[in-house]
Amino acid sequence: MRSAKWLTAAGLLTTATLVLTGCSAASSDEQASDVDLRMTVWTSNEDHLAMFDSIADAYIADHPEIASITFDPLPFADYTTTLTTQVAGGKSPDLAWILENTAPDFVDSGALVPIQETLEATEGYEYDDLSDAATKLWKSDGSLVAYPFSTSPLVMFVNNDLLAEAGQPTAAELRGEGNWDWESVSAASSAVNAATGKAGFVIRDFDYTSWDNLASIWDGWGAQPWSDDGATCEFASDEMTDAFTFIHDAAFEASAMPGPGTTADFFAGESAFTVTQISRASLLAEDGFSWDLLPLPAGPAGEYSIVGQAGIGVMSQGENPEAATGFLAYFSNPENSALLAQWFPPARNSQLNAETLAAANPVLSAEQIDDVVVPGILTGVVRQGHTDSAKISQTVRASLDAMWTADADVPAVLQGVCDAVDPLL
Amino acid sequence: MASSTPVLSDRARARSGGTRPRRALTYRQRDAAAGYLFVAPQVLGVTAFVLVPLALVVYFSLHEWNVLGNKFTYVGVENFERFFTDPQIVPVMQATGVFSIGLVFFNLVIALLLAVMLNRSMAGITFFRTIFFSPVVVSLVAWTIVWGFLFQDNGGINGMLEVIGIEGPNWLREGPTAMISVIIVQVFKNVGLNMVLFLAALQGVPRELTEAATMDGANARRLFTRITIPLISPTILLTFIITIVGSLQVFAQIAVLTQGGPGISTTVLVYYLFQQAFLFGEFGYGSVLSIVLFVIVLILTVAQWQLRKRWVFYEN
Repeated sequence: MRSAKWLTAAGLLTTATLVLTGCSAASSDEQASDVDLRMTVWTSNEDHLAMFDSIADAYIADHPEIASITFDPLPFADYTTTLTTQVAGGKSPDLAWILENTAPDFVDSGALVPIQETLEATEGYEYDDLSDAATKLWKSDGSLVAYPFSTSPLVMFVNNDLLAEAGQPTAAELRGEGNWDWESVSAASSAVNAATGKAGFVIRDFDYTSWDNLASIWDGWGAQPWSDDGATCEFASDEMTDAFTFIHDAAFEASAMPGPGTTADFFAGESAFTVTQISRASLLAEDGFSWDLLPLPAGPAGEYSIVGQAGIGVMSQGENPEAATGFLAYFSNPENSALLAQWFPPARNSQLNAETLAAANPVLSAEQIDDVVVPGILTGVVRQGHTDSAKISQTVRASLDAMWTADADVPAVLQGVCDAVDPLL
Repeated sequence: MASSTPVLSDRARARSGGTRPRRALTYRQRDAAAGYLFVAPQVLGVTAFVLVPLALVVYFSLHEWNVLGNKFTYVGVENFERFFTDPQIVPVMQATGVFSIGLVFFNLVIALLLAVMLNRSMAGITFFRTIFFSPVVVSLVAWTIVWGFLFQDNGGINGMLEVIGIEGPNWLREGPTAMISVIIVQVFKNVGLNMVLFLAALQGVPRELTEAATMDGANARRLFTRITIPLISPTILLTFIITIVGSLQVFAQIAVLTQGGPGISTTVLVYYLFQQAFLFGEFGYGSVLSIVLFVIVLILTVAQWQLRKRWVFYEN
C-alpha cells in the first residue's frame, strides 16, 4: 500500500515537473548566441514562404547570433485562436502576423513589444516613409508596436460578360455616366440574376456570418458599428438602418445578392460583381471571362474607400523579443518592403506607385493601379475594430442572424444588436 | 562446497565492516514490483492526461487569465457566480437538452429498427449491415462537411425536395431546422454502431424462448415487447449511456455546420465552452463550464447505473 502511494506520488511529481518545465521554457536569454526565431503567418503559399526564407537567410548570414528563422503557417480560419492558444501554452512565437480586426486586442493588451525606437534607429530604415494612415491602427500610446506589412484596398471586380448577357451597361460605362453607385450595382445585379440565373453582387467572405465585411457597404451610407471612442453602439443609427435595409432588400427582394446558404464564386464566373481585396486578382483565370476593376461604388454619403490591413508584431511573451525586433527591422526595411510588395501592398509612401504595384499585381493594368489601387490605399480607412473583438464579433453575429430572413424587421434587429453588444463596449 | 564460498565471503565482508550485501527481493515483492511496472504506463497516462488536467481545470476556474496581457489573477468563486448569472446559460442548456434528447431518441429507435430488420438470414444481408455501419468509420469532419453542402439552401436536399414539389427550408440558417439538421447528421453518423450492438444482442436472444412464447399464442408485438426487449435491456442501457454521454460532447458538427447559430440556437454546452475558453480567451470561465459538463456527465452516468436494476431485466 505504501509502495502504491510512493508510485502515485512519483507519477504526480514527474508530471508536475514536465508541466512546470514546459511552462518555464519561455524564460529567455537575450544574449544567447544560438537564437531560434519563429514567426506565425497565415499564408501557406510556397512562393510567399520561399521569399520570406530568402529574406531570413540573408539576415542570418549577417547575424551569427541567429541560428534559425522559421515561418510557421497556421490555418487562416483559426489563426488568432491558434496563436493565443500557443501563447497560453507557453509557446509564444517570437513574431506574429496580426489581423486588423484583432489589432486592438493585441495592441492594447501589452502583448506586443514597442518597435518604433528600434525601427527609427535602424540605419537606412526611413521610418518617416511609413504612411500615417497605415500605422494608425498599430500604435499604443503613440508608439508603433506592429509593422503594417500589407495594406490592401477593397475594390469591386466586375464580370463584363455577365452584364452583357443581361443587356446591362458595363461597370466602366456606369462609372462614365456618373452612375457608379450601390443602387445601380443592385439594379444591374437583379437584371443579371433574372436573365442568367447567376448571382449579382457578392461581398466576398461575408457569408452571412463575418458581418464586419459589410463595412464595404455601410461605409457608403456613412454608418459605423460604434462611435469613434468605441463606447456607444451605432448599429441602430439611421445611417446603419438605411444601409441594412438596402442589404436586406438586395438579398430578399431584389435578388441582387445571393441569400444565406447560397454560394457564388465570382472568380468561377458565378456572379457579376464581388467586393474583395486586389490580391484576389490572382484568382482570375487567364482565359476566363472579361473583367474589370473599379473602386467601391458610391453610397448616399458619397465616395469612400476601405483598406484591409495586417501587421507583424514582436510578441512580448516570445523568448527573444530583442532579436525578433532586430529581424523585423530588417524584414520591413525599404528593400525588403519592395520585395514584399509583390504580394503585400506596402505601407511606405515612396512605394505607393504604379511601378512598384504593377510588379505586385501583374494582371492589373497600369491604368487600374493608378485609377483604383493607389487612390484606394491613400484614401482608404481601416474597418473599425474594438478590444474584445472575438466576443463582440460573436455577439453581433448571433444578434444579426435574425436579419437574414425575408420578413425581418430591420430596425428591430439592429436595436437588438445594440442591446446585446452595448455591455461589451 | 565450491558454490558456498562467495556467500561465506560476503558474510565475512559484512562482519569486517565492508560493503553491505544486497538483499534479494522476496517473491511477493518481485510480484508486486512486476504488477506496478505493468500498470505504470496506464497510471502515468491517466495522471498526465486526466488527473493533472482535471486538477488544473479546477485551479484555472478560480483565476482570471488574460493570455495576451500575461496576467493571471486569483478571483475566488467569481467565475462560478458568473455561471449562475450568465443570461446565455439557459438557452445553451436548452439547446444541449434538445440535442441530447433528439439524438438519443432517434439514434436508439432507428438503430433498434435497423437491427431488427437486419437480424435475419437472407442473401446480401451482410452488404446492408456494412452499408449502415460504414458512416461510423468515416472521418467525422469529412462527413459533416459533406452534409453541410447537402443542407445548403441550394444544396442537394432541397434539390431533391424540389423534384417532388416541396420548397425546402434554409436548413442551417433557421433556428428549428438548424438543430434538426445537426441531430440528423449525428444520428446517421453513429446509428450504425448502436445497430451492431443491438444486432449482437438480438442474436443472443434464445430461440427456444421465442418459440415457446409463440406456441403460447404471443403475437409479434408481444414477442418483441415481452421477450426481446427485456432480454436485450442490458444493451439498451449500454447504448443509452454511450449515446447520451456522447451527445453532451458534440462539437465538430456544430463548429462545421452552424458555429452555434442561427442566434445561439445550436450553441450546446461544449461549443459554448470552446467559445468562452478558446475564442474569447476566458479560460477561467471556460474551466467552470467544463466542470459543469463533468458534473452533468457524472450525475447522468451514476443515475443510470443506479437505475439499471429497474431498467435491466437481468439485474437483481
